Amino acid sequence: MSFLQEFWKFLRVRKKFWLLPIMLMMALFGGIVVLTQGSAVAPFIYTLF
Amino acid sequence: MRILGISAFYHDSAAVLIEDGRIVAGAQEERFTRRKHDARFPRHAIDYCLATAGCGLDDVEHVAFYDKPFLKFERLLETYVASAPRGFSSFRIAMPVWLREKLFLKDLLYKQLREISGNFSDRSKILFAEHHFSHAASAFYPSPFEEAVVLTLDGVGEWATTTVAIGRGKDLTIEREIHFPHSIGLLYSAFTYYTGFKVNSGEYKVMGLAPYGEPRFKDLIMDKLIDVKDDGSFRMDQRYFNYATGLTMTNRRFADLFGEPVRKPDVEPLTQFHMDIAASVQAVTEEVVLRLTRSLAAEFGIENLCMAGGVALNCVANGKILRDGAFRNVWVQPAAGDAGGAIGASLAAWHQELKQERVVQPGDAMHGSYVGPEYATAEIEAALDEAGAVYETLEHSDMIDTTARALAEGQAVGWFQGRMEFGPRALGNRSILGDPRSPDMQKTLNLKVKYRESFRPFAPSVLREDVSDWFEIDSDSPYMLMVADVAENRRRQMTDEEQALFGIEKLNVVRSEIPAVTHVDYSARIQTVKADVNPEYHALISRFRELTGCPIVVNTSFNVRGEPIVCTPQDAFRCFMGTELDLLVCGDTILRKDRQPAHLKQTYEDKYELD
Repeated sequence: MSFLQEFWKFLRVRKKFWLLPIMLMMALFGGIVVLTQGSAVAPFIYTLF
Repeated sequence: MRILGISAFYHDSAAVLIEDGRIVAGAQEERFTRRKHDARFPRHAIDYCLATAGCGLDDVEHVAFYDKPFLKFERLLETYVASAPRGFSSFRIAMPVWLREKLFLKDLLYKQLREISGNFSDRSKILFAEHHFSHAASAFYPSPFEEAVVLTLDGVGEWATTTVAIGRGKDLTIEREIHFPHSIGLLYSAFTYYTGFKVNSGEYKVMGLAPYGEPRFKDLIMDKLIDVKDDGSFRMDQRYFNYATGLTMTNRRFADLFGEPVRKPDVEPLTQFHMDIAASVQAVTEEVVLRLTRSLAAEFGIENLCMAGGVALNCVANGKILRDGAFRNVWVQPAAGDAGGAIGASLAAWHQELKQERVVQPGDAMHGSYVGPEYATAEIEAALDEAGAVYETLEHSDMIDTTARALAEGQAVGWFQGRMEFGPRALGNRSILGDPRSPDMQKTLNLKVKYRESFRPFAPSVLREDVSDWFEIDSDSPYMLMVADVAENRRRQMTDEEQALFGIEKLNVVRSEIPAVTHVDYSARIQTVKADVNPEYHALISRFRELTGCPIVVNTSFNVRGEPIVCTPQDAFRCFMGTELDLLVCGDTILRKDRQPAHLKQTYEDKYELD
């Protein structure tokens, strides 16, 4: 819950409300992908993310 | 009041503990886990910091993280949206990682901290500083200046890739930023990738390779890839790069521009072309930072410059900034990379969030960067006993004398003393040392001890009081972050035949009285050593000077290629037995290779993945 509050606050401060629909879509469809992946520290060529 | 600074989850995770604004302990996680650039939560480093301060996590008032994940996520989404549908392959890999963990970084940190102490229950104790603000804080707050211009340059943080800030007393204010995808760090990394080295760790190899080449592509880079204005601000033509949306740094158009494909490491050899490419990107980087520093000096009228961020580890460019004279004083954070963000985040919390006054320390507040673990003689002896090593413990002055004599005889010495360094450089406490006068020392150390490319140069550690006799510099460079030329009268004139040699062939030509630390362009990456900062190291070099007349030793980090720098006496002994080091000195304990049991010898060369 605190995450949602903080993220909402972040969107307000940054005035980036247009990110919200993208976030909602990803939350809906992303679940399946998320559950099939490994660790956060993935060996990318360059960890820009 | 104690604040724990953490840098983690991208590369080089680290922890730092400050007490009332003073750095008490700090270390990178890789040193404990023995995994180079370890990016995991720095549990071992935190345990070390707390143990050194003699406290638990319950005694820590705040935990400061060096980066803001929401802002970074914003940048990712905006970049993907702006370039859609290109970038889907990168998006598909990045998003699961973010939606699973990185977006919930505060929860992740909270859980990990609760594993250290079940009493940790206040989420508001966790603070976040912006990536470049952490860098700027790490550059300004420990610096010896009351007022300074602070320049941070790296690949990318959240949005910023280049930041200018002004520091006065406890105040630090960001004045302007250059944003992703325009990044001098990523430009350098793109060429690192193109020349076949690993991005994020191979950049210093490109810098080392540059003097073997001619910057014949400099104009092409400035014409096509990067538009640099007179004040040093720049924009990059993204049509040549792939890092913003792809999984490589450069694309085909980039390769076509220079006429060769990306070099395949360990299959294709380095050629003069790659050396010229390295020289060219180095020249462009210097051009950008010099334009930046000149315009900043003129604009703000402040005589002090502080620097951090990965590009600030480019000691060749740093040396040029110093010699350029636009700023009278230049101070570079020794842990200029992301590990140093842990220092910056904790100090930013102390001075900015908690509004605590800053007291400028004479010299600086980094304690020579010696803030890592140390081991008493009894602990060293116990570790060596357990390993089955044959050793003798000498009087301190005898240890210094014996080591200096071994160096003078041309032996390669593993030197393990006091507290481990924080940051990427070994500064005389976890170092491999040699005689700089020896013409073969560079090759011997590279090929038989470090198992790395023969072109890689070594750095000299020189007594501060003698530095101007040997090099064209007369200022402190305690962190090996300034390059200067060997003094004219110490150089050896090359014959016409030698002058005509190209590229790597020049390596075998003796160019000065101290060939092992003289790069092909007569430059050297200098560490000045002062008695009040590192008395043991100063005593050793002083004794070496008494024996040889030379106040310099070769200093390279105590590890092999791809291995993190040694942390414990056990690590030091393993590295000693796996390489052709002749002598190992741990505190006052001395080990000679020819007296060690043969069965303890290790195969070390292939133990670590090449970087």
